Amino acid sequence: MEGLISLAVKAIFVENLALSFFLGMCTFIAVSKKISTALGLGISVMLVQAITVPTNNLLLTYLLKPGALAWAGFPDVDLTFLGLISYIGVIAAMVQILEMILDKYFPPLYNALGVFLPLITVNCAILGGSLFMVERDYNFAEATTYGLSSGFGWALAITAMAGVREKLKYSDVPDGLQGLGITFITAGLMAMAFMSFSGVKL
Amino acid sequence: MAQTKKDMLVDPLVDNNPITLQVLGICSALAVTSSLQVAFVMTLAVTFVTAFSSMFISILRNQIPSSIRIIVQMVIIASLVILVDQVLKAYAFEISKTLSVFVGLIITNCIVMGRAEAFAMSNPPVASFIDGLGNGMGYGLILMLVGVVRELFGSGSLFGITILETVNNGGWYVPNGMLLLPPSAFFVIGLLIWAFRTWKPNQAEEREYKIQNVEAH
Repeated sequence: MEGLISLAVKAIFVENLALSFFLGMCTFIAVSKKISTALGLGISVMLVQAITVPTNNLLLTYLLKPGALAWAGFPDVDLTFLGLISYIGVIAAMVQILEMILDKYFPPLYNALGVFLPLITVNCAILGGSLFMVERDYNFAEATTYGLSSGFGWALAITAMAGVREKLKYSDVPDGLQGLGITFITAGLMAMAFMSFSGVKL
Repeated sequence: MAQTKKDMLVDPLVDNNPITLQVLGICSALAVTSSLQVAFVMTLAVTFVTAFSSMFISILRNQIPSSIRIIVQMVIIASLVILVDQVLKAYAFEISKTLSVFVGLIITNCIVMGRAEAFAMSNPPVASFIDGLGNGMGYGLILMLVGVVRELFGSGSLFGITILETVNNGGWYVPNGMLLLPPSAFFVIGLLIWAFRTWKPNQAEEREYKIQNVEAH
């Protein structure tokens, strides 16, 4: 249990997907102009991340790993090279299913998140989360924790960024730096702030 | 077709650069640039995937039903990325270790999807191939520029060959360790965008609020 808590803290602060691995940067920059939209996107990412990382973990353990197909009578088969295509397939399918479920049972939430859900399929934070799970060899409990907390970390980062940008638009920025340029520099400063968590160990 | 082939190849380098103007594919641009060699391999990989995925999608564009086009594009792109990944693992294992998950992330690199969606779906194969090539190179240009700055000033070398002898090895140059850390990539790209937009003022964005001089009463 302690191991899981420390993993969660690490995934939220120290190894923040957005600010120390630069994942999901395209959406991070593009959708961080207003706090309300940023929060909506953040929550959707967290939700999708918490579902897809454990699902991909199961897929890896029972279908793709060398020897994983032993239960079906093929102990020598190694399908890891199909990893990428299966993970992205799972992500696309999960996003689609989530969209349908929300539409049917939680219409208000669907209306709030609707626009962002399809965008999430191509968000590298989601695929990145699954790939890190594979690379670090997490088991199912760790994968669930990692999915939830890394998604939360991303949501935290984009909401904070949107807060900064809402204030930033009133400031006097040099012409060429206006917009994209200053956003990058702000993100850099935020990444430095997040780095100060790096000594934290639980 | 108004654009000539040469324009299509050169245009994305500066005038319509995928990173500084279209804001696509930034994730990997930031993460793999701490050494030039890695940045170079990444450039090759992305250019290859963008060019060929644009070409294949363009060949199939009349057969793809529009309701499932995203998933078809994904499958084409993912297959090409698996190819690149396997080749790297076989012939450049060290580099593929350093790139770790970022090779896989070419799938979700917005440049590849963006070009497939915006260009390849409505243009013939050869033009799409060139467009993909040009955009891959525009992406590579920024990657290499950032890589040069970060490796030269961060560890005093280029492509792993020492240019500025560092203090630790008995030279004179004190390396700026911050440039090897992730946040510096943001600063370098931010400043690069500033430089590009000062050079080409029409790329600058309009400000949302202007400070007005109010006359004194």
